[in-house]
Amino acid sequence: MLVVSFVSFSLFNFVGDPINNMVGEETSDEERAELRETLGLTDPIHIQFSRFVVNASKGEFGISYQLRRPVSELIIERLPATIELVLISALIALVSGTLLGVYTGINRKGFLSDFILAVSLLGVSLPTFVIGILFIYLFAVILGVLPSFGRGEVIDIGFWTTGLLTVSGLKAIILPSVTLSLFQMTYIIRLVRAEMMEILQTDYIKFARARGISEKSINYKHALKNGLIPVITIAGINIGTLVAFSIITETVFQWPGMGFLFIQAVQFVDIPIMSAYLVFIAFVFVMINFIVDILYYFIDPRIRVKGDVTSG
Amino acid sequence: MLLVDNRALNSWEKFKDSDIYFSFIKSPTAIVSSIILLIIFFCSFFVEFVTPHNPFDPASLSLMEAFTPPSWTEDGMAKFILGTDGQGRDMLSTILYGSRISLIVGFSAIIFSLILGVSLGLTAGYFGGKYEMIVMRLTDVQLTVPSILMALLVDGIARGIISREMHDEMAIYVLIFAIGISEWPQFARVSRAATLVEKNKDYVSASSIIGVSNLLIMFKHILPNIMRPVLVIGTIGLALAIIAESTLSFLGVGVPPTTPSLGTLIRLGNDFLFSGEWWITFFPAIFLVILAFSINLLGDWMRDTLNPRLKK
Amino acid sequence: MTFLKISNLSVDYKMRKETVNAAKNINIDIKKGEIVGLVGESGSGKSTVANAIVNLIDEPGKVSSGSILMGETNISENPETIVQYRGKKIGLIFQDPQTSLNPILTIGEQLIETIQTHLNLSSEDAKNKAINLLKEVGIKDAEKRFYNYPHQFSGGMRQRVVISLALCCEPELLIADEPTTALDVSIQSQILELIKRLTKERNLAVILITHDMGVIAETTDRVAVMKNGDLVEIGLTKQILVEPKEKYTKSLVSSVPPTNKKISRFTIIEKENVNKNNNIKILNRWSKKIIVDQNLIEIKNLSKSFDDSFFTENTKNSVMAVDDVSLNIKEGQSFGLVGESGSGKTTIAKMVVNLFKPSSGDIYFDSVNITKINKNKDLLKFRKQIQMIFQDPFSSLNGRLKVKEIIAEPIRLHNPDIKSGDLDSYIHDLLESVELTQQSAIRYPHEFSGGQRQRISIARALATQPRLLVCDEPTSALDVSIQAQILNLLKDLQEQLNLTILFISHDLPVVRQMCEKIAVLKDGKLCEVSETEELFKNPKHNYTKELLKLMPKIESIYN
Repeated sequence: MLVVSFVSFSLFNFVGDPINNMVGEETSDEERAELRETLGLTDPIHIQFSRFVVNASKGEFGISYQLRRPVSELIIERLPATIELVLISALIALVSGTLLGVYTGINRKGFLSDFILAVSLLGVSLPTFVIGILFIYLFAVILGVLPSFGRGEVIDIGFWTTGLLTVSGLKAIILPSVTLSLFQMTYIIRLVRAEMMEILQTDYIKFARARGISEKSINYKHALKNGLIPVITIAGINIGTLVAFSIITETVFQWPGMGFLFIQAVQFVDIPIMSAYLVFIAFVFVMINFIVDILYYFIDPRIRVKGDVTSG
Repeated sequence: MLLVDNRALNSWEKFKDSDIYFSFIKSPTAIVSSIILLIIFFCSFFVEFVTPHNPFDPASLSLMEAFTPPSWTEDGMAKFILGTDGQGRDMLSTILYGSRISLIVGFSAIIFSLILGVSLGLTAGYFGGKYEMIVMRLTDVQLTVPSILMALLVDGIARGIISREMHDEMAIYVLIFAIGISEWPQFARVSRAATLVEKNKDYVSASSIIGVSNLLIMFKHILPNIMRPVLVIGTIGLALAIIAESTLSFLGVGVPPTTPSLGTLIRLGNDFLFSGEWWITFFPAIFLVILAFSINLLGDWMRDTLNPRLKK
Repeated sequence: MTFLKISNLSVDYKMRKETVNAAKNINIDIKKGEIVGLVGESGSGKSTVANAIVNLIDEPGKVSSGSILMGETNISENPETIVQYRGKKIGLIFQDPQTSLNPILTIGEQLIETIQTHLNLSSEDAKNKAINLLKEVGIKDAEKRFYNYPHQFSGGMRQRVVISLALCCEPELLIADEPTTALDVSIQSQILELIKRLTKERNLAVILITHDMGVIAETTDRVAVMKNGDLVEIGLTKQILVEPKEKYTKSLVSSVPPTNKKISRFTIIEKENVNKNNNIKILNRWSKKIIVDQNLIEIKNLSKSFDDSFFTENTKNSVMAVDDVSLNIKEGQSFGLVGESGSGKTTIAKMVVNLFKPSSGDIYFDSVNITKINKNKDLLKFRKQIQMIFQDPFSSLNGRLKVKEIIAEPIRLHNPDIKSGDLDSYIHDLLESVELTQQSAIRYPHEFSGGQRQRISIARALATQPRLLVCDEPTSALDVSIQAQILNLLKDLQEQLNLTILFISHDLPVVRQMCEKIAVLKDGKLCEVSETEELFKNPKHNYTKELLKLMPKIESIYN
């Protein structure tokens, strides 16, 4: 995974001429050359690249072309906002998605199940930004109960700024996090439901029924445990996707996180920020994959216990 | 057995006799959603003949008519059913023109990724070995990178390579490529999995024993047999592609405002949301949701009908 | 004293086009301590009856009438009663032990849960009971195995675990639905012995569902024959098998390949296809080879290992699927290759037809080493002469092509200049040779039954006019009456077309009827090669002796 992200930095490093994007048309050639020198863009490509790798491992990504500030500083400033948003959304999406999915998987017929399914299908059809806009219009413009942008008041605790400890901060995170989680939640509902339905038709469930095991135990002990195995992978991908979709949510709600930073960087071809964001994403994915593998190990005995089949 | 019935059915009768037709007739959601889709497709592709106004003809625009609310409100005008935007363009016409752009981008992107994904998945599944490993690694990596991020990256790179003037012209192709490239792993995975199943069926062995070439086996024998799941993924993918297109346009990295798509319209209208001109953003958003929802409903019905394992 | 009384039981499946009566007015009585067999071909409704007893019929099936009395209680009246009876009074065993156990719970957890659901025992007592039970069904080291997961057991052991689960709350009725169909012959006899022993020791009433007349003959006291949801006849097993009253039972018994003698043809009482045409139509097109006394196939020191180091970390574990096998097949001979699953018989077949390359060793066809041919063009010449028929008739035909296109493909490939009129008449001749109508050509495979599909498969294989026909378990997926027809067809074709046949099967009686010479394989190694009658009368290798002893024999009823 890391290799992949490095490949993409190198791509970025050779793409376009950042100077053109940084300065206006009237800048003289001397000024351009000077700027080039300061940014180290005159060095040979392989030196630029190795410098980039070395710096990246130290957390240094150079200076933003657009904002003229060190990227690492920008990142540290923006990181907590994104992480808080993503984690809260992931929590909402996973917990409610799994619960509703299990419910609809077990109670296949019935008004509530049909209703949840219809809403979930609508949820997959609603682009995140549309949900965001609708929420803003409803809760901020018409009802005026929740703020439509920003993080509210934040408390600085050393290396971290949190909005979770103030009333305005909590209020501010409701709309963005629900918006962000909705799409994923509906996705998880549908996945868990399909998984449960398939497992409930397997032979071992039928055999468990034939042994008189109670429906409760069949649903929640036998089926759910098997059904959760693929959910773990999805949850992993899910968090990654949330990070990506936070770009949209942050834009809609002008949430001061990394996604907002990134989207501005894309518009201005601000390569240091883009590559730093990529490193961040790659890091998140590696971590998630690692955690998912560990979880698999604990949940699925077929991985934990090597199949030494003995016949006798 | 059926041989008793010696009357050869023609293909239409056969289709009417099939389970797919039966399930279609029995499913009001499938019928309604396909009618809605037909109407949308028709109106979008023949937009010149359907709409009374050409919103992109400067001669017909009048700033006097800007911000006209929908016709049923107090200040509405009968000739602008859904009102006008900030430049006096008729909303309904603009939406239909926008939906054409969205549909073109969505369809092209999904066809692009379908061809790419299926050919990679089919050959990977068929030939196996190192080639398969490389392809599948690639899809895994690609799959963990969320599509929206991938599309943003492609767009970022394209912006770096292509000059700004060229970019507006090229935007639509960049967008198709960006969305297409982010959707192909789904197709690759599904078609590989299906190919692995088909490859082990005896009819494939029988063909090789007869001496049929690999290419012919893959495209004459295996391809038609794996198309069902691919088409289901394709339908759901179309909704995703349209949503991705509008999301990118909403973020300002999609199609330029001169030829607005639904996403661009929503973004432009979003600025007026707080000043009370809700219709400028509301109608394109609702239209987009109806479009995506109908496609998803149809895709959902297809998945349930074509997947024998999940039959109720 | 009747223990279970099934009266007038009917089960309906409401389908879209019609209602299928899966069981019609079934009456069966079962006493304690006896094993009642339920026999029938696929679709006869035998499993439906079993599922109806425990009220586990899949949607959209419904019990439409009838009652089931167990002792004095009517268990079909109240769904609540039957839920309490499941596991406690009635134990069930399903066909496939691979899928019957929950993969993520240890067998101990599954046993204890079942025991505690029905019996008021402490965890400690339940555990002791479970371990004793595992010992009783023949699991060694039960204290340790108690903590194992299902995937750590082999197929036969897993079925023992399944039996222990079915019996753990001391039920009085045991229903076994094809309990040995997924198992090899040697394991099958162990499991059947176990069921017989437990029936006696625990005074159980047992319903044994199977399609295998040999199993019926060796295991059951009484037998009920079912067909299309009807109970054809019921009676003492010996009586039914020796002197069947009904026509259907007679045909069923006569279709079973006898294990003790060789017969020239199977007597077919009920036919699937009516137009019988002994004159094989393609004869006039066939460039018939005169049989010379020579080896058509010579296999020399053939080995194949599947190197699975690519998929697992365990590099040392490369499996020898075929290990140093040498044998010769004479032209015009039908040669049997026999073994249990994993013996490498299919692997050999696939190397003969050049689907796999051997790891080492050579295969000579008509004195040419075909394993050394690398050019596709040269290979095509041999492809034409070696054709294959597969086990599963549902996967061996491409469902997207019409029968016509399926058969035309090999003809066109090997004879590109053929005119379309000639092609059509050739296809019709081929179809008639396998006793199918000409109209079959314009249909799709899914419109045919398993036996008919197998005929299409044969027609396709004959299209290139091969000299060698490799048949890989061609009838093991078919019902016994259809099997008889297909075997007859293969015999006719061989005689009239001078084919050489390599016949692969796990079913010894079938091989005895079909083959002149037999090779026995075990774990990729050749045990012995003999003339068929010699092998059955004087087996030399111990494994062959064991196989012959363990195979279920319908004739055992006479003893």
